Amino acid sequence: MPMIINGREASVPTDARVSLLDFVREHLALYGTKKGCNQGACGACTVLVDGERVLSCLALAVQYEGREVTTIEGLAGGGLHPLQQAFIDHDGFQCGYCTPGQICSAVGMVDELRRGVPSYVTKDLASTSVSFDDDELRERMSGNLCRCGAYNGIVDAITDVYAEQGA
Amino acid sequence: MIELTYSRATDVDDAVRRAAEGQGRYLGGGTNLVDLMRETVETPSALVDVTGLSRQVEPTANGGLMIGAAARNTAVAEHEVVRSGYPMLARAIVAGASAQIRNMATVGGNLLQRTRCTYFYDTDGSRCNKRAPGDGCDAIEGFNRMHAILGASPSCVATHPSDMCVALAALDAVVHLRNVSGERTIGMCDLHKLPEDRPDIETVLEPGELITAVELPAPNPAERSTYRKVRDRSSYAFALVSVAAALELDGDRVAGARLALGGVAPKPWRARRAEEAMRGRPATEATFLEAADAELADARPLSGNAFKVELARRTLAAVLEDLTEAGRA
Repeated sequence: MPMIINGREASVPTDARVSLLDFVREHLALYGTKKGCNQGACGACTVLVDGERVLSCLALAVQYEGREVTTIEGLAGGGLHPLQQAFIDHDGFQCGYCTPGQICSAVGMVDELRRGVPSYVTKDLASTSVSFDDDELRERMSGNLCRCGAYNGIVDAITDVYAEQGA
Repeated sequence: MIELTYSRATDVDDAVRRAAEGQGRYLGGGTNLVDLMRETVETPSALVDVTGLSRQVEPTANGGLMIGAAARNTAVAEHEVVRSGYPMLARAIVAGASAQIRNMATVGGNLLQRTRCTYFYDTDGSRCNKRAPGDGCDAIEGFNRMHAILGASPSCVATHPSDMCVALAALDAVVHLRNVSGERTIGMCDLHKLPEDRPDIETVLEPGELITAVELPAPNPAERSTYRKVRDRSSYAFALVSVAAALELDGDRVAGARLALGGVAPKPWRARRAEEAMRGRPATEATFLEAADAELADARPLSGNAFKVELARRTLAAVLEDLTEAGRA
């Protein structure tokens, strides 16, 4: 069974050692997904699998046979995804290296918020209605490091796109 | 090049058979094993993917909860019954790693994750008895502020990195195991071993044995519980000290408590001495500090982590005071 990447079928590699990150970059020439630390510490390689955010550097491609993978290239149908535009509008980056991971991560995060997934800063764990505030957002995005320190712009961009929708 | 084969287990029998035949290593979400393989700390020749096995989270006949070992960390933390009945566990899980990693990591894999001691990872430049038994330990005289103050040995001072396991130890969870010769269960507190002179042997699992589920006993409705993690930055960092605590009050006195510490020992550290020291005593700061002192009496800090003794003492007392206040409110 092939993997579906950004709506297109791709045969998974026969070499089990190939990570999902190397697969999309080196085999499929989708260079939007970035290799930062390659050890699960920075979040630059974040992609969506069946809508959930994961780290493609710690994923063996062969494990994701039959799954739907979305990288930054596949996020918008055409033009820019609203979050991509918001990152531009709010200076949500400087060098831009962490940006594809930040944006994919934020899209996955919003889905988690809507589902009511708790975070470490959620006060009432029993409630499935999680507030969309800066503390929640920063905690939930902590898996994506930005060495330029564009965090304020990133928070503003995500808030701009999603806060009004109540996450 | 290290040859590597990959296969996907269709059920538990299939998994244990594949592992037994091919000397296979079980693969969950890969968040730890893939990294260890890349660093050549681990060099398996065969992987048996067990993420397709049970990820059910369902009530047991005696009011507890059975969690399939392939359940993702996020799925457990967001489960309604875990959030309402086992808040300590839900909070411990979301205290660990990042959202991306929690979406990938399985419960079984979390139990078997390995230390993040940098000397363990440094295959080129460091001695490590856990990686190469008999080689020596460079952490004991090295940078060891993240290392253990309890339960360590002259051969290894590494800590167990999990948050979830600390809560499971306090909750008296039961781990279900299976291999080709049959199945058995083991208490969470007995799953991991202290290093002694064989730090490479981290659990009581036999070769090829597979964790199939983690069972939680029925929650005690009279208990209040939580998990607090103290770390170098406020998120996405391993614990300096963490505390899983469940407290039952009888008026102004402690009826009972279940306590475990993370970040301070080679295994999730059930603090039974502290539990005993508190029983029947007034639920006050003085009692909680004395209980912490009882637990930490055997602490043996290293050159860089003496701060952990005081940090563990105060964090334990602070968490218990918060639970006492919440119980009165």
